Amino acid sequence: MKKIEIRAYAGAFAENKDTARDLRLNEIIPALEKKEEVVLNFTGVDATTQSFIHALISDLLRKYGSDVLDRIEFKSCNDTVKKIITIVVDYMQEGTE
Amino acid sequence: MKIHLPNSAFLGNIDPFIRGFDASAPDSFEITANDKWIAVHPAVLSMIAALGLTVEPEKIKCQPFEATSRHYFVRMGLFKLLNIPSDILIKEHEPAGRFIPLTQIRTADEQTRFITDMIPMLHLEAEQAKTLGYIFSELIRNVIEHADAENGAILCAQYYKKSNSIRIGIADTGRGIKNTITRSHAAETDLDAIRLALMPGITGTTSKEGGTEQNAGAGLFFIKSIASVNRDFFVIYSGTGFYKLLKKTPARNRRLNADPFSDRHTASSNMPAWPGTVVGVDITLDQTEEFSLLLDAIRDTYSSAVRERRKERHKKPRFS
Repeated sequence: MKKIEIRAYAGAFAENKDTARDLRLNEIIPALEKKEEVVLNFTGVDATTQSFIHALISDLLRKYGSDVLDRIEFKSCNDTVKKIITIVVDYMQEGTE
Repeated sequence: MKIHLPNSAFLGNIDPFIRGFDASAPDSFEITANDKWIAVHPAVLSMIAALGLTVEPEKIKCQPFEATSRHYFVRMGLFKLLNIPSDILIKEHEPAGRFIPLTQIRTADEQTRFITDMIPMLHLEAEQAKTLGYIFSELIRNVIEHADAENGAILCAQYYKKSNSIRIGIADTGRGIKNTITRSHAAETDLDAIRLALMPGITGTTSKEGGTEQNAGAGLFFIKSIASVNRDFFVIYSGTGFYKLLKKTPARNRRLNADPFSDRHTASSNMPAWPGTVVGVDITLDQTEEFSLLLDAIRDTYSSAVRERRKERHKKPRFS
């Protein structure tokens, strides 16, 4: 299982899309390719942007389909972060199914 | 180019100021001002600074400001950013809690540093800081990614105690919205392009639903939605296109619209051509909805807009 501490990379306000892209390409996708489960730990992340979450996970949904959500755990998200993740997951599924 | 700073130019009455902008002779810049009092929105300051950065400092002709409020322009850093002399003397104040002076941001790292520093500067409550951080982050990122602007994003913000509001302005002199959006979508005018750019799920980077791995086409829709839910002004001006979201009365429902033309608004497609994009937003702190409640409304609108657009592309049966 691959555990990724989002705050360590993106800070308390996770907004840098380049950081999100790097995490996706260098950490998340290689783990998924190795059939590992991924835990994205949002402990200490107070807020994020839709752009950050989109850059972090949208391509995973496009590449692996919505079943990839069975292999990713979003841990310790506050209400705001949960809702932004849900918006991105929803519109990616609406747009690609 | 010529610009005149009037007695007052805020988002509610910014239209005459914009109509007075003379975009001809782009290699020089003349600034004149009302000689009694000047009170302007941060978007106006950002516009002047952004234009000024496109010409050599010696090609900027700035009439000496006589208005009693002239020190404001020094404090906001206008003359310093443009590297032009000013004889206006001010007593420096600690900016915390009052304003964000004119700031130029060209890279994602500069953006991250700005966002980190900005939140403590405005002394906001946690929910308000989330909203402001969100707006700045998405607007700056749009410039960095899409505008191809040599001078990056020029922004500033001001807290107004009387209205308990924060007003934000950001300007660039880059490609403009039409040049960006028409890479993937058809738009005849700058205003058509603005309309598309404000719709959820439409980005200049692809015509595919859901965007690319880096762009969803949601940033401006989110910001317009924040202003709409909070019943505040939102202005976007690019090329000859101008769109202003008008304030809603408290009695009006808070439903979000995917099409910005379904909101209460004014628009024009014959403004003087702005060489890039300008955005102005007002956030009244008293009525700032909890950010997470706003996200519920955005989620519903966004998903149904994407669904509707997908349905429009469905093949239809042929009946004979």
